Amino acid sequence: MEKGLTHYIWTHTRPQQLWILFIVAVSMIPYFLSFDLPKQIVNGPIQGQGFEGEAARQLFMRIEFGLPFVGNVVFFPGIELNRLEMLIALSLVFLALVVVNGLFKLYINTYKGRLGERLLRRIRFELVDRVLRFPPSQFKRIKGAEISSMIKDEVEPMGGFTGDAFVAPALLGGQAATALFFIFVQNVWLGLIAGIIVAVQAVLIPRMRRRLLVLGRERQLTARELAGRVSEIVEGINTIHAYDTSNFERADIAARLGRIFKIRYDLYQWKFLVKFINNFLASVTPFLFYLIGGYLALQGRLDIGQLVAVIAAYKDLPGPLKELIDWDQARQDVQVKYNQVVEQFKVDNLIDPAVQEVSTGEVAPLAGALAVANLTLADDSGAHTVEHISVQFPRGEYAAIIGGAAAGGDTLAEAIGRSVWPESGRIALGDADLFGLPESVVGRRITYVSSDAYFFYGTLRDNLLYSLKHAPLREPEYEDAHASFRKWEITEARMAGNPDHDIESDWIDYEAAGATGPEDLFASVTAVLDSVYLTKDILELALRSSVDPLTHEELTSHIVKLRHTFRDELDKAGLSNLVVPFEPDRYNIEATVGENLLFGTAIGEQLVGRAIGRNAYFREVVGRSGLDRMLYQMGYEIAENAVELFAGLPPDHPFFQQLTFMTPDDIPMYQQLLQKLKGKDFAETTDEDKHNIIRLSFAYIEPRHRFGLLTDELMKTIVDVRLAFHEGLPESLKGAIDRYDPHSYMPSASLMDNVLFGRVSHRHADGPERVRTMVIALLSEPGLYDQVLSIGLEFNLGAGGRRLTQVQRQKLNLARALLRRSDYYIFNRPLPALDGRTQEQICRNVLTLVRDNNDKNTSIIWVLTNTTLTDLFDRVLIFDKGRLVGDGKHAELADNATFRELVS
Amino acid sequence: MLLKDEVQMLRRVPLFSGVDPTKLKLLAFTSDRVHYAAGEILFRQGDNGDAAYVILTGRADILVEAPGGQIKVAEVENNSIVGEIAILCDVSRTATVKASTNLEALRISKEHFLKLLTDFPEMTIEIMRELASRLSRTTMELTDERSRARKSD
Repeated sequence: MEKGLTHYIWTHTRPQQLWILFIVAVSMIPYFLSFDLPKQIVNGPIQGQGFEGEAARQLFMRIEFGLPFVGNVVFFPGIELNRLEMLIALSLVFLALVVVNGLFKLYINTYKGRLGERLLRRIRFELVDRVLRFPPSQFKRIKGAEISSMIKDEVEPMGGFTGDAFVAPALLGGQAATALFFIFVQNVWLGLIAGIIVAVQAVLIPRMRRRLLVLGRERQLTARELAGRVSEIVEGINTIHAYDTSNFERADIAARLGRIFKIRYDLYQWKFLVKFINNFLASVTPFLFYLIGGYLALQGRLDIGQLVAVIAAYKDLPGPLKELIDWDQARQDVQVKYNQVVEQFKVDNLIDPAVQEVSTGEVAPLAGALAVANLTLADDSGAHTVEHISVQFPRGEYAAIIGGAAAGGDTLAEAIGRSVWPESGRIALGDADLFGLPESVVGRRITYVSSDAYFFYGTLRDNLLYSLKHAPLREPEYEDAHASFRKWEITEARMAGNPDHDIESDWIDYEAAGATGPEDLFASVTAVLDSVYLTKDILELALRSSVDPLTHEELTSHIVKLRHTFRDELDKAGLSNLVVPFEPDRYNIEATVGENLLFGTAIGEQLVGRAIGRNAYFREVVGRSGLDRMLYQMGYEIAENAVELFAGLPPDHPFFQQLTFMTPDDIPMYQQLLQKLKGKDFAETTDEDKHNIIRLSFAYIEPRHRFGLLTDELMKTIVDVRLAFHEGLPESLKGAIDRYDPHSYMPSASLMDNVLFGRVSHRHADGPERVRTMVIALLSEPGLYDQVLSIGLEFNLGAGGRRLTQVQRQKLNLARALLRRSDYYIFNRPLPALDGRTQEQICRNVLTLVRDNNDKNTSIIWVLTNTTLTDLFDRVLIFDKGRLVGDGKHAELADNATFRELVS
Repeated sequence: MLLKDEVQMLRRVPLFSGVDPTKLKLLAFTSDRVHYAAGEILFRQGDNGDAAYVILTGRADILVEAPGGQIKVAEVENNSIVGEIAILCDVSRTATVKASTNLEALRISKEHFLKLLTDFPEMTIEIMRELASRLSRTTMELTDERSRARKSD
């Protein structure tokens, strides 16, 4: 990137800058005309100059020029107008000039703004592009949040400055020079005075502002560090909690904020001091004019008219001058910011752009084999992790690497995976150097997986297919409106030096996944998920997610039909009472009183949470049948029971886990409430008290809580009220409740609940587990299975994939690598979080899958965590202390000392 | 069956006979009431122990895996507690318990059970007494078995 910002701006926007300078120059013509026009209007038609006599007329708009060699040329002969007509004509011209000036201003500002935004886009892209090309070691030193704060915030003012970079000094400088020149012409002495004051301002103020720039730079650095620290807190929150260091972090942040405050306060003080001096100098000049000019006038060396003209002219001087100084300040400010940012992004060994060139064509399989020659790798401190290793990995060979922790095998794999660069020696692929080959070759034909799995914010599907998105392979087809938008996108991207790849294209390389298109990709995906044992996890994610019946019509209607099948299955297994179904005219004993009453899920704000107690319609229905009195009675007894059971227990007692309708903090409140309400009739209680008591009854489930409060009569009343409630439901509440309907899908409930359409009995041990197994078995029928799995793939992984467990993350990481066909697979201890047995099973599955998916030229290099699996591989390499100490077939290794040590 | 009936039944369990009825009610409330049909398994030998069971009604067989197949070592019926050993000393289940009739039980989770023991020393003593008597019984059986074995030699 260019060293100076001005240089950078000039290089990238030269034609535009020249154009805008030209436009500014042209705009000066109507601008000055509009200054001259008022004089003409006043002197001409208003005061009557040239209109002496009743019928006097004048020519309007006569345009003639005296040209050399040609003589006088009349372009427009003009129209003869009388005094009033002239007034109207000139006034209209004035109006036209006002409009023209306004339009010029509009055009110039828009143009400058667009210029700035384009440059901002260019800088930002260039910076991110550089991040993508940083050598791997750079990432050990930088903090993500600092980089993003630079790209996001610190370059922002550069865009604003771009438009003014050349136009402002030209325009303002011109205006100031004109005013100064005018004063000089009136009187040399006064001109000198004005000139000296301007010179003082021009020298002194920027000098004083230098301190401002230093402070500004400090402010920028501290703010950037603050951003880095905040993101560290977010990322390290578990460590902070684990070691109780939150107050240490608080202190650190407070100290930083204090420093930032001090810098900012200093900055303000200086800023206003500079402003004061600047204003003082500007106003001291008229004082000198009055004093010296007045003295000269008294002496008779200056006439009054000149003095007044000078003072009037001086009024126009400080404005542009001040703006010019402000411009200079802004220039230095963004220059400093620019230098700061560029310095951070100036990195040696940047990856050559040609290496990352986009390639939409098919990449041919690798020609040669992977050979490591005299390779030495070093860690960040310079210690050698691998020393003088030379080894060949022929095509079609499955090699295992074993060794203790930090024995060197894992770093060798990292080097082949290009996340570590060699200190000396080389890794060759056929004849070419691995690091010189384009990423479109090594990033597609070699697949590297390590245990540290990064996932991007998005769905499971996005992350699974991420390993296939190398290039925009199929351009989408746009309709007219979209096509022109896309055209605009392309032009604009080119103007700002951005690439114009379409993010909406289909980036997925289906062939690389062994598929021909989106239709049969799913087979590859399921095969991979099965082999890493992730399918069950994804199905369970699907069961817990809710599905929109509008977008998944087929699936949801199928699910509704499945309810019957599920009941049949239960009956067949003799487990009919394992799940109690919702029936519109029966009380569901395993559901809460609230669920039974509403017979649906409240989704509108009128009925959710506390709001339902205030809903007039609901209260009216419940009150009509006297149910409110019954529920009040019930709630009162629940409160009594709960207080009797739990009063006196410390709030952290594990028994409170069972108390679903109250928190430990509620106990004292209910104790008081019970005393207050004792012996009072329902009618005498306040609304608030009623609410607090009735609320308890809503969460009551008889088989679970067993207080014996649910009588047949109460159940019947609840069912009656339920029916009445739904029958008379006013239009305004229709959307606020998702009713349990045996014949339709409930969008607000999970997939699982939709299959069950009932509640799992509390009386069966392991009930939920058994039900889940049965439902998964049901959903595994062909046709349905794919759709359900697909729902599971829509699960959002959250930031960095944190919504998955570590085990799931590592499985997914392996899965997305296996999804693509490669010449070399490098597995660098991909599954350390899994137990040994599962690791072993997955390893076997993976070897089979790779063998089935690829031709016989495909090689595997697997860095194993333990030695039990070495017999699955053609060749075993043993590393110890950065050196290769054994290399041979599994059977030959029994004599190797390091191997024996590892086995024992 | 209601909480108060459960309390009545719990009081008949020797282990809980000395515990205050209100605390028994709390225990009953915080436990899960579970139902097993004849032939269903409460827990299997070798599983991790996460709960103890108080049998309210019904009977269950205690089975131990042996080289020749399962051996029934004992039978338990109402008012007895099973599965407490695995949660007391953090070993896996030492036997399989299978319902031989329809069976109602209270499932007390490990955490709650241990909390009860620390809260009510009288319960702990009762447990100790029970375990000691079981130990002396097994020792006796072992002695008998050994002497019989010696005789047959």
